[in-house]
Amino acid sequence: MAIFNINVNGNQKSVDVDADTPILWVLRDELNLVGTKYGCGIAQCGACTVHMDGTAVRSCQLRISDVENKKITTIEGLSENLKDPVQQAWIEHDVPQCGYCQAGQIMTASAFLKTNKNPSDQDIKEAMNGNICRCGTYNRIRAAVKTAAKNM
Amino acid sequence: MSKINTQFKRRTFLKTSAAAGGGVLIGFSWLASCKQERAYNYAQLPSPDMPEQWANLTGYIKIGENGTISIVNPNPEIGQNVKTSMPMIVAEELDCDWDQVIVEQAPLDTEKYKRQVAGGSQSIRHDWELLRKTGATAKAMLVTAAAKRWEVEASTLTVAKGIITNAKGETLGYGDVAANIVDMPVPEEISLKDPKDFKIIGHSKTNVDMKGILTGQPLFGIDTREKGMVYASMIRPPAFGQKLVSFEAEKAKAVNGVSDVIQIGDKIAIIASSNWPAMKAKKLINATWEEDTALESTTDHNTAMNKLMEKGADEPRRKDGDVEKAFADADEILERVYEAPYLPHNCLEPMNFYADVTEERIYTKGPIQTPEWTQSRIAGVTGRDKKDVTIDMTRMGGGFGRRLYGEFAEESALISQAINKPVQLLFTREDDMTAGTYRPASKYKIAASIKDGKVTGYKLTESAMSSNMYGLIPNFFPAGAIPNYKVESVKTDSNITTGAWRAPFTNFLGFAEQSFFDELADLMKTDAVELRLALLENAKGAAAADESIQYSPERMQETIKLAAEKGGWGKEESGVSKGFSAYYSHNTHVAEVAHVVMKDGSPVVKKVICAVDCGIVVNPEAAKNQVEGGVVDGVGHAMYGDLSFDKGVPSAANFDKYRLIRHSEAPEVEVHFVENGLSPTGLGEPSLPPAGGAVANALFKATGKRLYKQPFINQNEILG
Repeated sequence: MAIFNINVNGNQKSVDVDADTPILWVLRDELNLVGTKYGCGIAQCGACTVHMDGTAVRSCQLRISDVENKKITTIEGLSENLKDPVQQAWIEHDVPQCGYCQAGQIMTASAFLKTNKNPSDQDIKEAMNGNICRCGTYNRIRAAVKTAAKNM
Repeated sequence: MSKINTQFKRRTFLKTSAAAGGGVLIGFSWLASCKQERAYNYAQLPSPDMPEQWANLTGYIKIGENGTISIVNPNPEIGQNVKTSMPMIVAEELDCDWDQVIVEQAPLDTEKYKRQVAGGSQSIRHDWELLRKTGATAKAMLVTAAAKRWEVEASTLTVAKGIITNAKGETLGYGDVAANIVDMPVPEEISLKDPKDFKIIGHSKTNVDMKGILTGQPLFGIDTREKGMVYASMIRPPAFGQKLVSFEAEKAKAVNGVSDVIQIGDKIAIIASSNWPAMKAKKLINATWEEDTALESTTDHNTAMNKLMEKGADEPRRKDGDVEKAFADADEILERVYEAPYLPHNCLEPMNFYADVTEERIYTKGPIQTPEWTQSRIAGVTGRDKKDVTIDMTRMGGGFGRRLYGEFAEESALISQAINKPVQLLFTREDDMTAGTYRPASKYKIAASIKDGKVTGYKLTESAMSSNMYGLIPNFFPAGAIPNYKVESVKTDSNITTGAWRAPFTNFLGFAEQSFFDELADLMKTDAVELRLALLENAKGAAAADESIQYSPERMQETIKLAAEKGGWGKEESGVSKGFSAYYSHNTHVAEVAHVVMKDGSPVVKKVICAVDCGIVVNPEAAKNQVEGGVVDGVGHAMYGDLSFDKGVPSAANFDKYRLIRHSEAPEVEVHFVENGLSPTGLGEPSLPPAGGAVANALFKATGKRLYKQPFINQNEILG
């Protein structure tokens, strides 16, 4: 084990874990930030998506030793009081069913919309294709991403 | 945390004068209040202020002195939206302001609540009347309390949004009078609203957990974090049919954070201070397994199912008329066989459960569709009395039937009992996909006889692994529509565990039957919709005379007509191939039109238009969401879902090898509800069974190829 210093949601944190520990488990088990979800552990489902320096990454594949001096943002740190246009669009379109994948969907969408301000349906489908929703809320997610793009 | 200042412990009968059936004496429990307040997570939108004190009116409703109202959701929330829609029904009859309502999730409590189950799409249908009466009773008592305060007749008062107004225009809020109803007798008569006066039901309300979901609050079982808890991961036999001989755990125990490795039956549990060390240590266990029962493969299953299907059953499940004679006299016969693989559920939240087993009691918490059954199961395996077992229900990251079976809850309790610590057991994705309880593989042979341009006979033979269709299904369409009719079932036993999977049996039977009717219509040179409407016309007499017939021919006809109209059935659209399907299940009638277009030489499912008769729609936007999801799920699994076995080992363990439908593959879904004002039925499952058939029939139009096996991608390479 070793001490690692990381920046999560603007706060400096210090954790004592093995160097190979994925950020996903540091967030969930060490920092009690359980909004980031475990789904597959092999970067296939997108439930664990967080931002690293503003880019969407799969936290199950990112080791603690990879993220020193990087800024990690999780769903808990996306906005204060649900102000983010993506969160607002999710409310407007009543997107979630079970809700489990939605943190990952939102984090992917939010990073994507920073790089594409006016996405087509096809752009959205491609950008979101790595995030599985077992309940099948894909159409609402697509509509919400479009709405969020307009309001950003 | 506030204290409850009132307690009711009485049981009585209420005479209701409901709009639906005035003046009938109905047995009704006036439910006892909570004994103590639990800590709940108020994460909803909007967030009313919390009161100083609650007046606890029933097991369902608490009213604060500031007018904030807490309504309990009695049933497990699995993504079907009951945590919002069930309290909406109470709030409607209570006549309160929905913006002043907070929702609490009930724990398992068999004295206060009935049928705390998420399954069979039955929550709303089953509790509709009970929830309405609960709200209406509380309202009647609050109005009486206000009438006493003002010394006027209760009938002179009006109520809107939790505000009671008298003839002079003076007002009292529910919070002002809630404390006065503590010792009040329960009314013998209450009135239920006329549905045309509904102000909350039928008006979309945001998911009460929305804020928690969008900000990552700990709503799910996997998010449970309790003081002193440890984490467990388990190793199961890699193949069905194997048992554990021995294992070597030295390397695993050397991993930082791992505290223990123990054997639980044929499984090995690794205990650690967090999840990662437990998962890492798992791979360092050297276990020896041996064959206990046969190691089965899909090829063996197919041989066994085919053999039994040819032989048939000794006794039919349902038999009308003389099928053999109809087939002997037929001008033409159509016979087809449809085949389905096993399917894992793949809830995105893997199976998990928290358990704290002490000498005094067993406290458990987690995502479970069947808390009452699970309580008994935990008591059974731990050798304890079930009254010692508490279950708190968390929000579930999907269920789809998998969380009906709480063996993971049993396992967590056994681990806690063995190590004498609170523990959370978490399945890895690989555990989740390979641990069993699958949708069983099955085959359906369907045959119809035609004489003088009419369908005279229908035979359905089901040959399945481990389990057969439940008893109501043989009485679904086309029972009653065809005079000579027979359904029979056979099964092959297996050590591969199976269970209910969203819309059990009908999830595939719907495709098989509705593909068959499409082909039958082609053979008879008639329109697919016309054929179904005509058969339903035939069924009207039989359905009226025979109570065993499950569907309503009239309601199904209306639903079909609505889908055909909205889906542009019979209208030529350039480049669009349309497929039709209609299926009744879980008390709800659904019809769907799928639109397929060709893109770069491959057919693409562009859109599915649905008509749904579920009676009154409680929460319209969420209801649409359920229908949309069921269609996407149905299309996805029909196109891609596949699990086979080689010597007991499943063919996929994670999403790199198992294909779930993704954003780019999901069709648009358009939803239309039949408006008839009838009592509501469920929506968690019914839109799924017709989806595969609608798509298969549209794909046939686009490609000229019929699909008889799922997944479709294995049958037609251009679909890949």
